[in-house]
Amino acid sequence: MNRTTYKRNVYWNRPAMTWWERAYLFEIVRGLSITGGVFLNNMWRWVSGRKGALTTYYPEETRADYAAHNRGKHILTQRPDGSPQCIACNLCATVCPALCIEIEAGFDPDDPAHPKSPSRFEIDYSRCIFCGLCVEACPEDAIRMVKEVPELPMYERRDMWLKRDELLNWNPQRDVAKPYPARGGRAVRGPT
Amino acid sequence: MIQDLVIYAIFIGYALGLLLTFGTVLTWVERKQAAIMSDRIGANRAYIRIPFTQFKLVWLGLFHGLADGLKMLLKEDFKPRSYDRLAYALAPWMAFTPVLLVFAVIPFGGTLVPGQLVPPLAGWFGDRSYAMQIARLDAGLLVVFAFGGLTILGAMLAGWSSSNKFSLLGALRAGSQMISYELVMGLTVLGLIVIYGTLDLTEIAAQQSGTVLGFLPAWGIVYQPFAAILFLTAAIAENKRIPFDLPEAESELIAGYFTEYSAMKMGLFMFAEFIEIAIIAALFTTLFLGGYNLPYMNDSGFVLPGNHAVAVSHGTVVVIQLVTFLAKVLLLCSFQILVRWTLPRFRWDQVLRFAWKFMFPLALANLIVTAVAVWALQLMNA
Repeated sequence: MNRTTYKRNVYWNRPAMTWWERAYLFEIVRGLSITGGVFLNNMWRWVSGRKGALTTYYPEETRADYAAHNRGKHILTQRPDGSPQCIACNLCATVCPALCIEIEAGFDPDDPAHPKSPSRFEIDYSRCIFCGLCVEACPEDAIRMVKEVPELPMYERRDMWLKRDELLNWNPQRDVAKPYPARGGRAVRGPT
Repeated sequence: MIQDLVIYAIFIGYALGLLLTFGTVLTWVERKQAAIMSDRIGANRAYIRIPFTQFKLVWLGLFHGLADGLKMLLKEDFKPRSYDRLAYALAPWMAFTPVLLVFAVIPFGGTLVPGQLVPPLAGWFGDRSYAMQIARLDAGLLVVFAFGGLTILGAMLAGWSSSNKFSLLGALRAGSQMISYELVMGLTVLGLIVIYGTLDLTEIAAQQSGTVLGFLPAWGIVYQPFAAILFLTAAIAENKRIPFDLPEAESELIAGYFTEYSAMKMGLFMFAEFIEIAIIAALFTTLFLGGYNLPYMNDSGFVLPGNHAVAVSHGTVVVIQLVTFLAKVLLLCSFQILVRWTLPRFRWDQVLRFAWKFMFPLALANLIVTAVAVWALQLMNA
């Protein structure tokens, strides 16, 4: 007769501690010296006028190390003359999953190349989810996201709307903004 | 007679102010120290604006304690519908008052001779001298344990009268844990009593002013290093703080025995806990760290090794002793907070096993060794 004794499976590791670890007190002392060491180290940094923490004082202080492709606040790109490149086609407002973009088109009869431009372009940052779909949807490269985050802490919800002029304040001297057909018909490049 | 009243009124005011300040400041210390230990900044937003200006006093976030207190005072005082009204209202005070009372017997300075301290009053005070302590009792240490034992009642009452299962579980845990560790605490202190031959805390502190072997300060921790560790551990367990915070284990019992308490009633429990940190520190200082004694110093001045005596005026001695006591207490509070933010919590069975199977025998062994050593020394001297 072939009988094997049943051996119970062991699903976890037996705690393998040395007597030193099981004595507990010595390991406590070790742990206390680690945390105490960190405390003294950081305290010394604070006392000697440096910063002893990794924290950033937001919003007084913003981190300098945002990634280049961070989806931060929106900007409206400009034509060389400073008018928005946006043609008020409403694609961004349509694709926006948070429904936070509001555009009102304006008409300029004196500018035959670009008669339509936004007279009102507002983004509600209390609802924006920073998905970047508006940037993807824009056919005119008129809206982009820069890596800096908007200054969001506000006391009033209505202050979290960013208006057209605030979005337009990004004015790089060297950019790939499209050449603009001037009134006379000759293309004018922006100041490079 | 009136002189005594005046002096003791000053002492009581000092002690009360000290404890309440410690209770408030320790909440801040706990936050800041925990933050600095973990590379953070800690609470730093609450401020007081000077009226009519934009100048804001932040003071490293010290006002957060003030803001907390105000919040607790203004919050709704929620009462559970089915509860033992009297016990429910009484419990926070039962937990809070004994903690304050313990400090009555702890000496926070040496002897004060008011006539010598303030010469214009010398005629009125004569040459009366007072031990800087609210009540000098022969059974000081017993009083400490008697009042310490009362805090158990607060926790038990709170848990029972809340008619909440979490509270009841927390109260049961609090009861068994505190009773177990009080036993250990008493046994560890017995060794000291054998050495000093007195229960009077003033006498105990005074006996620690000399030196051993010529250079070591004659502190209790030198005679009884083992008892010091056991006492501090048991005291932290008695205070129900991490790693022994089973009675209020947040992950299991919400807030344990004070789950149903809100507003200032809950604040009293928290306040009692923080004041007890200071009390434990003061008790440990008195018993093991020489109390108000600075090494190489007695009531008349410094005595450096090699018998160089430097006389110091009475006022300076009093100030140095008060400051020494406060500094030791603050350091010990900081150490307790370090322990609280370093160690993980025990499991419930481990807490009791630790008390009865580890600390209790060790405390007994410590007592026996001490007793035998003292007996042998007495035989040799006789």
